[in-house]
Formats: sequence, C-alpha cells, structure tokens
Amino acid sequence: MSDVGHAPLATPTQGGIWRSPADRPLRLDSGAILAPLEMAYNTYGTLNADKSNAVLICHALTGDQYVASTHPVTGKPGWWTTVVGPGLPLDPARYFIICANVIGGCMGSTGPASPDPTTGKPYGLAFPMITIADMVRAQAMLVESFGIETLFSVVGTSMGGMQVLQWAADYPERLFSAICVAAAARHSAQNIAFHEVGRQAIMADPDWRGGAYELEGVRPEKGLAVARMAAHITYLSETALQRKFGRELQRDGLSWGFDADFQVESYLRHQGSSFVDRFDANSYLYITRALDYFDLAASHGGVLANAFLQARKVRFCVLSFSSDWLYATAESRDIVRALNAAGCRASFAEITTDKGHDAIFLEEPALDSALRGFLASAAEKRGLA
Amino acid sequence: MRTQREDFKEILRLVRPGARVLDVGCGEGELLELLTREKNVDGQGLEISSEGVSACLARGLAVVQGDGDRDLDHFPTQAFDYAILSKTLQQMREPRHVLNELLRIADRAVVSLPNFGQWRVRWSLMVRGRMPETKALPEPWWSTPNIHLCTLHDFTALCDDLDLRIEACAALNNGKPARPIDPTRAIENWRSETALFLLSRKGQAEPAAVPPGELFPK
Repeated sequence: MSDVGHAPLATPTQGGIWRSPADRPLRLDSGAILAPLEMAYNTYGTLNADKSNAVLICHALTGDQYVASTHPVTGKPGWWTTVVGPGLPLDPARYFIICANVIGGCMGSTGPASPDPTTGKPYGLAFPMITIADMVRAQAMLVESFGIETLFSVVGTSMGGMQVLQWAADYPERLFSAICVAAAARHSAQNIAFHEVGRQAIMADPDWRGGAYELEGVRPEKGLAVARMAAHITYLSETALQRKFGRELQRDGLSWGFDADFQVESYLRHQGSSFVDRFDANSYLYITRALDYFDLAASHGGVLANAFLQARKVRFCVLSFSSDWLYATAESRDIVRALNAAGCRASFAEITTDKGHDAIFLEEPALDSALRGFLASAAEKRGLA
Repeated sequence: MRTQREDFKEILRLVRPGARVLDVGCGEGELLELLTREKNVDGQGLEISSEGVSACLARGLAVVQGDGDRDLDHFPTQAFDYAILSKTLQQMREPRHVLNELLRIADRAVVSLPNFGQWRVRWSLMVRGRMPETKALPEPWWSTPNIHLCTLHDFTALCDDLDLRIEACAALNNGKPARPIDPTRAIENWRSETALFLLSRKGQAEPAAVPPGELFPK
C-alpha cells in the first residue's frame, strides 16, 4: 500500500495509509509514545463541501478497514455489506464513510508486526500495550487529517461499539450522532476469561517464540487457530449452533478416534485455520488485552453516566441482539441507563434474533430498519439531503 | 390520515411548544410524532414491545426499549417538562411508585386512565354479578392487562396522598371531544368513561388554572 497523505476523493472508494506528522506522535494511556503512527483506512463515497456527511465505522476485534470492499487476503466481500453499500442504511451515495484498521491491528495500521524504529525489526512484544481509548485517539487524528470537525456519525459493532462509547466520552463535541451495536461499557469476567483462553493457546504454541516468531520465520498458527475456535463459540448462540449442526456427523458412523466426527468440529476447525491466513497472533494478544482493560465507568469515577455528561447534544442509538451472550442485552441496557442519567438523547432496541453476537454481520431486517430510521432522522436534523 | 384520537387532541392542547416530553408506553409513536410535528417537542419514548420500538425508530423518534415499571428509576430528576402515561397506569405493577417517578423525572405529568367508577361498570357488576366488560374495558378478567383499576375518586385520593396538584382534568367519553371536569365531583365519577389529568407537584409555585380552548396560540 501507498504513501503519505490522502489520495484525491474523486472516485467513490479509496484507501490508503495515513502517517502522523513527526511532531504529533500518539501518546498512549500506558505512558508510551507510538511513533511513527500509520493508519490504514478505506473510504467510501464523497465528502461534501461543508464536510458534514462523514461517518466513521469502528470495526470489531478481528475486523479491519475492508468494511464494504473485497478483502485483499481472503477475497471475500467486506464484513458489513449488509449495512454499507448502495441502497443500504449507510449509503456511500449519501455519506462519506471512513473505516480504519485499529492500531495494534495487522492490516496496515501500526501494530506488533510493524518495524520498531529503535531496532528496525518487527516490534513483537516490544510493542506498547494499547487501549480502546488509544485506538480512538488515533482515529481522531485520522479524522482530523481529512479536515472533518464533526462526524455525522460514529458507528461501531462489538469492540467498535466500545470505541463509539469512548468517542462520546473523549470527543463529544466532534460527534453529531453515535451508533453502538452489540457492545458493552466494560469487559466482564466471562469476556476476560474467554480471551485468556485464546491468549494462552497462542502463547503455548512453540512457534510463538516469545512473540518473536516473525524474526524466526515461523507463525504460531495452531495456537491462533485454537484461540479463534474458542472465541467463535462465543459469537454463536446455542440455538444457532444446534440448528446449524446439531449432532450431525461428517460422514456415516463414528471414527472411534479424534478426527472431526461432528460437523460442528469441522466447522470450528475451518474457522480456526482460515483465520490464521488473515490475522497476526501478536495483534490478537494486544487487541484482546485492550478489550479486557476496557471499563469506561472506571475511568470516570466509577459512574458510567459521568462518561457521557459532555455528550448531551449527541444523538445515540444503542442496539443489542436478544441471543447475544458475549455482549448481552443487559450490557446495552446499562449503557442506555447511563445515557439517560447523563441527560443524553438515546434510542435503544433489542433486536430479536436467535443468531447470537454474529447477527451483526447477517441479514437482520430489524437491524436494517432501526439503522435506517435512526440515520434518516439524524440526517434530516443535520441538514443532509 | 386517521381521525385524531380525542385524548391525543387534549394532550396536544396541554403540552407547551418546544417542551421536553417523555412518553411512557409510547407504542408505535403516534402521539410523539404528532407532538413533534405540531408542537415541535423534544420527544423521548419508552416502550416495552420490540414492534413498537422498531416502528418508533422508523419514524425517527428517540425511543428506549424498556419497562415503565422498572426503568423510570434510571432517568435523572427533572429531565423532562412533561411525562405522559396514556391509559397504562392501571397496567403497572406499582402505580403509586410510577406516579411518583413521573413527577420526579418531569415537572408535569399527563396521565389518562379508565374510570372504574363509571355507571356502566357499576351497572355491569351489579346486574350481571360478573367482572365488568365495557367498551372502555372490553377484556374478560382472565386476559385483561389492567391489574390496578381505580375510580376517579380513588385516583384523586392518591394524588392528595402523594401531594400532587391536579392542574387540569378532562373527561373523554366514547370518542367525543374532551370536556373539562372537576374529578372530585360525584357526578363526574359516575359519568366519565376515561379521564385525563395534568398533574404537578404541590410546593412548586401555584400555576394559573388551565383554561379551556387553545393554551398556546401559534
């Protein structure tokens, strides 16, 4: 990928890498400084003359900037083509949509696989610990570089939803509206527990090499695949798993061994092995850690509502899925109550589905209509035709 | 467009333009939409059903999916100018608490409820000896959502008890235009099918009595 600055915005879909100016490094919550900082991003649509139609999309843990365009590694369509695209709630004909790979990621933004300026070699575990707030701070710098003062909306799913909440806490004056889908204001003990299983799987892989695998020309693929398998279970509901696979076997009869007898085993193995092609193990460690550290109330005197006190002018939409047990409806309700307590204008709907957390990426008419309704009225208030 | 509901017309009359309004049990948002369009209110809905919430979102209304019985506690004090509770108080688990909460959250509450003291109800019980089923309360006892029915006198007594002031009251009968009434009069408790109250908390400055006709001329 290419160069400093932005390509011209004449064509609808653009991508590139933005580099922070030398005098503006990224100061991290840990106290460390990240420089140079690179942000890989894609944009869809055209920024209007008064720069009032910009939408920032924040991706989930293993997502990236390919929100609505073909993924260069997998060749698959973007991760949110049910929501972003012509005739969809986030239509590039109407909005200028930005999606950037988070810092710590592995699709072009500065992360543990990037070269450490002090050694010239990949950071590995020398990469500083990052937080959700750090990710947002980097996004804010990127948005600023477009000359955008106020985002029409910041939209995020799962980890992206946490970034949305962080945006509302840290940059409320730069937001007109905010949409938080299937997220939480903090990571629960169960969330942390599942992530720890994933991290331990990676670190137990002999090819992890204390995080220095890249230098040694190996990759901890087995560990990363197991991490993905464990995590993937949390994305699906019990009902969805049962419906999709039940106890169905791969072939007639049992193998009386440890091959993938059951279809669900084969499915998970496939999820694991295809994931390692597109994701970096150290990125997985760093980003899951950032999620575990996330507790928006804790950084606001223990009261979540305090995080939103400056965001009273922002129009919020919070959505959850009824069968999501990773970030359950109760978590979204806590967010909404805090927004109400802070005096913010908030909408909240629980979308009835049996598809679990994964419903984010699937055709859900209720999600579609909720996003459409909310965005249309916000756009009208914003004066977007 | 469907003919406007008479209770909506009366609520439209009572609500000050540009006010902040919370509609508890807002359904599909007809009233909020009307208030937004006609009175330019800053509206927020609370609705328990997902169908209702979806409809509200599609109309571009701010709505929170939640339960009036539980979720009012989480709204800050005096966040709204008006809290509206339309024909739902009798379905709440704790009407007394809800009423108190409405007037904590908002300066004024607009509450409408079916009058169990109406002669049709009394007649039905007396003559048939069965739980009353009337036009305003059509469901049999075993399926009715109305678990806390009361008469106008019961309600005015509760208002007294909670130190609430009744700023205005109107009777609504069978789709006829709203008629201003004194709800403490026995005759109104006898003949009103549904009553709509504008309530505030005593102890605040005495407001002027609400006159009939257009309150907030354009």
